[in-house]
Amino acid sequence: MFDKDKLKKIEEEKRKWEGVYKTCKATNRRCITVSGEEVNPLYSPADIANIDFSKDIAFPGEFPYTRGIRTNMYRGRLWTMRQFSGMGTPRQTNERYHFLLQRGQTGLSVAFDLPTLMGYDSDHPRSLGEVGVCGVAVDSLKDMEIIFDGISLDKISTSMTINAPASILFAMYIAVGEKQGISSEKLTGTIQNDILKEYIAQKEWIFPPLPHMRLITDVMAFSSRHVPKWNTISISGYHIREAGATAVQELAFTLADGFAYVEAGIKAGLDVDDFAPRLSFFFNSHLDFFEEIAKYRAARRIWARHMRERYKAKKEESWLLRFHTQTAGCSLTAQQPENNIARTAFEALAAVLGGTQSLHTNSMDESWALPSEKAVQIALRTQQLIAFETGVANTIDPLAGSYYVESLTNKMEEEAEKYFAEIERRGGVLKGIEEGYFQREIAEAAYRYQKEIESKDRIVVGINDFLIQDEKIEIPILKVDPEVEKKQVQAIKKVKTERDNDKVKRSLENLKKVVQGTDNTMPAILECVRCYATEGEIVEVMKSVFGEYVEPPLI
Amino acid sequence: MSLLDRFLQKDEVALSRLISYVENQAPDYRKILSSLYSRTGKAYRVGITGPPGAGKSTLVDKLSCDLIQNGNEVGIIAVDPSSPFTGGALLGDRIRMQDLTTKKGIFIRSMATRGSLGGLAFATKEVSLLLDAFGKDFILIETVGVGQIELDIVDACDTTLVVFVPESGDSIQAMKAGLMEIADIFVVNKADREGANRIVSELDMILDVRRKKGEWNYPIVSTEAVNNKGIDDLLKKIKEHRKYITENHLLEKHRKEQIKSELKKIMELKLKELLEKNLSDANLDQLAEKVYSGQEDPYSAGEKILENLNL
Amino acid sequence: MRKKYRILLAKPGLDGHDRGIKVVAAALRDAGFEVIYTGLRQTAEMIVEAAIQEDVDAIGMSILSGAHMTLFPAVLDLLKKRKCEHILVFGGGIIPDEDISKLEKKGVGKLFTPGATTGEIIEYLKKALKEGRKEEAVF
Repeated sequence: MFDKDKLKKIEEEKRKWEGVYKTCKATNRRCITVSGEEVNPLYSPADIANIDFSKDIAFPGEFPYTRGIRTNMYRGRLWTMRQFSGMGTPRQTNERYHFLLQRGQTGLSVAFDLPTLMGYDSDHPRSLGEVGVCGVAVDSLKDMEIIFDGISLDKISTSMTINAPASILFAMYIAVGEKQGISSEKLTGTIQNDILKEYIAQKEWIFPPLPHMRLITDVMAFSSRHVPKWNTISISGYHIREAGATAVQELAFTLADGFAYVEAGIKAGLDVDDFAPRLSFFFNSHLDFFEEIAKYRAARRIWARHMRERYKAKKEESWLLRFHTQTAGCSLTAQQPENNIARTAFEALAAVLGGTQSLHTNSMDESWALPSEKAVQIALRTQQLIAFETGVANTIDPLAGSYYVESLTNKMEEEAEKYFAEIERRGGVLKGIEEGYFQREIAEAAYRYQKEIESKDRIVVGINDFLIQDEKIEIPILKVDPEVEKKQVQAIKKVKTERDNDKVKRSLENLKKVVQGTDNTMPAILECVRCYATEGEIVEVMKSVFGEYVEPPLI
Repeated sequence: MSLLDRFLQKDEVALSRLISYVENQAPDYRKILSSLYSRTGKAYRVGITGPPGAGKSTLVDKLSCDLIQNGNEVGIIAVDPSSPFTGGALLGDRIRMQDLTTKKGIFIRSMATRGSLGGLAFATKEVSLLLDAFGKDFILIETVGVGQIELDIVDACDTTLVVFVPESGDSIQAMKAGLMEIADIFVVNKADREGANRIVSELDMILDVRRKKGEWNYPIVSTEAVNNKGIDDLLKKIKEHRKYITENHLLEKHRKEQIKSELKKIMELKLKELLEKNLSDANLDQLAEKVYSGQEDPYSAGEKILENLNL
Repeated sequence: MRKKYRILLAKPGLDGHDRGIKVVAAALRDAGFEVIYTGLRQTAEMIVEAAIQEDVDAIGMSILSGAHMTLFPAVLDLLKKRKCEHILVFGGGIIPDEDISKLEKKGVGKLFTPGATTGEIIEYLKKALKEGRKEEAVF
């Protein structure tokens, strides 16, 4: 970046500065990032001397997209403000969606309850106590019809956080579109459909890895023909980070998962340029401001390089890393919850400065429960403040050229490459999962972080310093009505008496045949959901063929 | 009702409690074992050892499922290491045996090594006696499996399985000598993976030297425990081994050997306790002083103490 | 006597967030406890059966899904049924104060909420288990 003589002079001056710096009184606070990385007190041109502007940074919308995937970024269109939301019955969730849309939200994001995520109907014994608690309960197409009642699916994009049974919920969404008279080609949105990170971090799996990978490539193949505007996977680092990973681990493990999906697609006989443009990403935004920004910039650069050079993708869209961001749930504190408004604002700002395509901001009360209306409104307003009042969206990638940010971006990329090499050495992502490699790395990082808090090497406001004695929580905490479970169980009974049960039986039998063979499973799943077969019934059929995954041993 | 009465009425809570007494060497633990000893000897004990990640727990899980389906009662002892620094332990073998936990006729106990180095916990054998007396038909003992050769298992079992995975080709070479001593049956688990055939033929080559016509032939069984494949075959081989050693009186011989080492262990432990009781720290300090100053050599000093114990 | 405290740690219900419980497991191990970790998605039956077989002094459960009012009482009821009320049941998770007092009344031990340190958990267990349980007659 700089000519040699100048650089020499700068290095000389830096040494001089260091000489004086060392004589200054130093804080005994440990200066580490949230990920525990030591950082220097100062960065200078010497730290980015090896950077080649055109090759490593370049202009927005140009390879390797370090500065953003669009030429005009937020000058063209702001990020999508998309609050992850869902609770109780489908009707309650529908009401919340109308509330958020009225207040200026620009996309929907569905949170399902645990039984739905795990493929159990609301009346299954294992669902006891969990129906509608962490999200909305969905058993059949009927529930999805209610959730999107009065919302035209061609006017809005919808993201659905669903993984193990993703293809079933995706099919239900397509079927809701059909009922509204909207063809699947017009649907826009995302299903998370990222099973690898489930094994690694979130642990909501159903089947063993291979059948799951088949379901995913089935969705990729089906969508490229019938739902071309749909993001078929949202390759997620969010949960990896929440489980305790460092920023580098989040970056490296997520992209490694991404590469694994690309390889699976290619192995399934698809052309990389047919499916890669529909892969999207989902990152966490934690509190270490610059570390997070560097992470997003490095992610784009790594993805572009690998897609073009390693996987020989030819279309530009295949090189672009598009991503959604959610502020870090694990950074919120239950103590002094109002402080979480500030935390979330910093994190959201980092995501925007890092060039995110869409954003969820956590509500201050989410350490306690699903958010109240008031809390979620403040969270949404935080995004609107950033967009319209702070001015940060006016300039594209404003932190480029910062000695610190560029050097950190480089370091992130280097460290991630080291992880890729290690994963390769271990025989790839699936092998690493089976041996518990990722799980162990993450658990160790989480334990380290906790020890730093307990030894006060790391200060968390309200947790190990700046406490309020006998604090009373003064914000309202949302409670899910325990009647939800009863209502859902009644609803499922009603559906089962009203539907054509012979048709259901036939469609499930047909599905079983398809699952046993090698044909794409999506059309058969669609047939099942159209006649109101429940999620649990469909999953049972799949389990009977695929078996169930067993957690790998500990350490 | 006393714990022993409840134990005899097949109360699992009492069994579990007595296991703790024995494991903790509570004051009465010898009395417990001797009062139940006449009820032991009926269970058949299978040891499972092998390198980390070989899938030992999953094998134990699947073997047990098959065994209880055939009407057997099964006891499982799964050993994991204690930390040499803190004495704590993280025992995680149950993760792979989740569905087994609530099945009838199954009893699983995790044990930490508590300083023992041979692959088992100090009291594994005694715990297995309790399971035996409780009426278990089979007892499966899974060793620590941290990589080194774990020989204690031979002394606690009737049939020993050594489990490998295709990736453990290198460790075979390293462990060769020890393996020849302990394995009755070799298992190549995760046999769907690359390299499985190679490891089987490598093992075959090593074993050919050992195999003698008309004697036990040290079979190699390929399994995919996760997919429940090869388990019935393995069980068949275990039964064949049992039949072979029973008919050739090798089981009897082996168990007598085990009794001998049991007797030695009991006496050694008793002697150690006796010593600890009679030899105070002050006493030792005094002796050390004498040896250090040259008034006495440690060998004759040691002899004298033992004489004073009046054994 | 070579007595060690034995603690069963389990995650009941469907929630897969095991960051907290794994940190606690490592911390208890480092504090000299024998920790039996049974993994995710345990039913009350599985937890109680494992606790009995392992003769543990305490059962620790982590519940982040909001299903605590169902899952804790289910374990307590089963322990009672098996006459194993001597086993201490404690836990952690996202549990509002009013629910904590309800559960404590039912007989649950201490419930640790977000922000609790592993040091507090260790100290609590050492104190709570110090008395030991009433020894039963062996013979």
